[in-house]
Amino acid sequence: MNTRILNIMDPAGSAGGTSPRRVIVCAGTGCVANGAYKVLAAFEEQIKAAGISVTTEFKPEGTAQDLRLNKSGCQGFCQMGPLVTILPEEILYNKVKVDDVAEIVSQTLVGGKVVERLLYVDPASKKRCQGIRDIPFYQRQQRFVLKECGTIDPECIREYLHHGGYAAARKAILQMTPEQVVQEITKSGLRGRGGGGFPTGRKWEAARTQKNAKKYVICNADEGDPGAFMNRSVMEGNPHSVLEGLMIAAWAIGADETLVYVRAEYPLAVARMRRAVEDARQMGFLGGNVFGSGRALECEVMEGAGAFVCGEETAMIASIEGQRGMPRPKPPFPAQSGLWGKPTIINNVETLAHVVRIINQGADTFRQLGSAASPGTKTFALTGHVANTGLVEVPFGTTLRDVVLNIGGGITDRRGKVKPNGFKAVQIGGPSGGCLTQEHLDLPLDYDSLRSVGAMVGSGGLVAMNEKTCMVGIARFFMDFTQRESCGKCVLCREGTRQLLSMLDDIIEGRATGETLVLMEKLALAVQKGSLCGLGKTAPNPVLSTLRYFRAEYDAHVFHKHCPTGQCKALAKPGIDPARCKGCMACAKKCPVGAITGERKQAHVIDPAKCIVCGACADTCKFDAVVGV
Amino acid sequence: MRAQLKPDCNGRKFVKVFTILEKHGRKPSRLVPILQAVQEEYRYLPEEVLTYVATALDISPARVFGVATFYSHFAIKPKGKHLVRLCDGTACHVKDSVPILEAIRKRLKLEGKKNTTDDMLFTVETVACLGACGLAPVMVVDDQVHGEMTPASGVKLVEEIIAQEQS
Repeated sequence: MNTRILNIMDPAGSAGGTSPRRVIVCAGTGCVANGAYKVLAAFEEQIKAAGISVTTEFKPEGTAQDLRLNKSGCQGFCQMGPLVTILPEEILYNKVKVDDVAEIVSQTLVGGKVVERLLYVDPASKKRCQGIRDIPFYQRQQRFVLKECGTIDPECIREYLHHGGYAAARKAILQMTPEQVVQEITKSGLRGRGGGGFPTGRKWEAARTQKNAKKYVICNADEGDPGAFMNRSVMEGNPHSVLEGLMIAAWAIGADETLVYVRAEYPLAVARMRRAVEDARQMGFLGGNVFGSGRALECEVMEGAGAFVCGEETAMIASIEGQRGMPRPKPPFPAQSGLWGKPTIINNVETLAHVVRIINQGADTFRQLGSAASPGTKTFALTGHVANTGLVEVPFGTTLRDVVLNIGGGITDRRGKVKPNGFKAVQIGGPSGGCLTQEHLDLPLDYDSLRSVGAMVGSGGLVAMNEKTCMVGIARFFMDFTQRESCGKCVLCREGTRQLLSMLDDIIEGRATGETLVLMEKLALAVQKGSLCGLGKTAPNPVLSTLRYFRAEYDAHVFHKHCPTGQCKALAKPGIDPARCKGCMACAKKCPVGAITGERKQAHVIDPAKCIVCGACADTCKFDAVVGV
Repeated sequence: MRAQLKPDCNGRKFVKVFTILEKHGRKPSRLVPILQAVQEEYRYLPEEVLTYVATALDISPARVFGVATFYSHFAIKPKGKHLVRLCDGTACHVKDSVPILEAIRKRLKLEGKKNTTDDMLFTVETVACLGACGLAPVMVVDDQVHGEMTPASGVKLVEEIIAQEQS
């Protein structure tokens, strides 16, 4: 390694040389969809036009006058994108369009003033927030894995090095024995962030003690849970941290080959991981002589081909070997016999990112946050009917209320307005998880307490739902998903999920009887017992948890042939609440079939014989007088 | 057997497959990336190409076909010129992605299980999750991500493409 690289690796030695003035444009998938690259190009043009010297490259030895313009990974506040951060003032502009760039350049960069209209307005307090320090969404978070996402340029290894990157891998490989590394990870109590929560140290120890010249480490980046995008954001925002964790894991178990298995739905994450691997190889961190230690280490980035079941360890191994991605019974565990029959460990993206911090700062520092059995922080993807959707990192043990209502900024109605008391449920853990209700709002989020109420952390997807969401419909949605994704190996999973789906269809379309519910519960338990892998074992969870907490809604569908939210079209019974109806006639004008009648300033009525349950009236009514649709 | 497989022996149309196979060292373990590259080239996996791949890798056509039909990304039927993928992940679903799909399918006159238009201009699919949940509901048209969609804006995007194609 030459001295120039070492200079970059020492933040203290070069921090004074960095340019104090920076413009950072978020370039995660969300912001790119909203035109972030165009905004970035406009900035470069406008800044140059204003006569300011600008650089897009990271130069620790660069002149202090240069303004640095760079893109970053996902900053997690996707709904508000494209996001533009101005340093050192830490101003965060949101929803920046190309047309706004000239104003930002002239007002803020030249004039030193804040463009008020582009600031975030907190929907609760109506206050304009200047930057991440006073936006409630960020204030309540404690970001470690996501810390550098959103500031550093993800495609610049030199900047990662400048922030202390690869110090942990160097330390592990040059100064620690594999035993010491595994001990430190075990001591930290780190548990797998991919869903199951298995202790990472134990997994590593099992592979380390295997006597085999060939071992593998696989990074599981096949984030298949619908409604979850934590791993995507980390790979897009800080790909080197994942690679560094992978290098430490390889050293700890004695592997010389590593692999990152990324979902093909994440093209940007694939590209940035590949770039990271390439840059690390050029720096000599990968290849035949890692950090000059004489040891070899290789890394390959592989794209999945769209099968949810490949998130399961043994199915992923089959997929890498060029087979259909079907799981096999355990034991033998992959740590004993995995890829090509060799000892293999598979760790989630987020787990590996945590490893870096544990080696850098020690297990004790890591344990300071979170609970005793679930130490550290966890990222959650908060989506659905909340005011602030995005990526959230909080210590384990934070309550659901804090995440959904405080960080999320409250539940929104179908027009996107915050509605007090609009909370109905939160779905956690994707298709393997469950739905939780109002009574669980004060439950601490950690592996064990969630399992005790029939849900799971899963990969960390949190989907909030308002009172207009039909829980039977949600159970059907997940069952439809698992039924399609079942690989077909186990009969109970393949046929059972299919039957469960058709029973849910019976309920939704009004054909079900009391017996359907009994049979459904019985079959759900049978599928749990009779399936080999995590997919089948957890597939009935959404059904069982909604049956447990929303029984009344099922009963209404089955016994009264009525969907209380009106989401199930066959069982919707739209009506107009005479107490709320002002007789404005807006709904009557909107109705495509003329089913609504009524005099001006008098309560209107819907004729059920004519009504096609399209919901146009409910969307039009300003007084929420239309019910049941 | 492998030595006989020169690009010219099966006609010019397999030249590209030959290059892909060579790039992956003709290893059966590379079957998934090989099929991905083939699909990139042809936009779907033609049956004769699958057979060719099987012979070249010295594995049974049944195994290649088994892998090709297992993964949802592989298509064994030709796809339309423009690929419209509507996200139906949880976040998009609760924010009403289904009416968008219905509106687009209706506009393109797609009924039942049909998802490619007769003129081969469009294929409309749903995907489980694109990981852009913050912008739900999300639609991807030819790799371009569009967020916060409505049935009207979805149909408008499709109509813009139709207009472009006609001009």
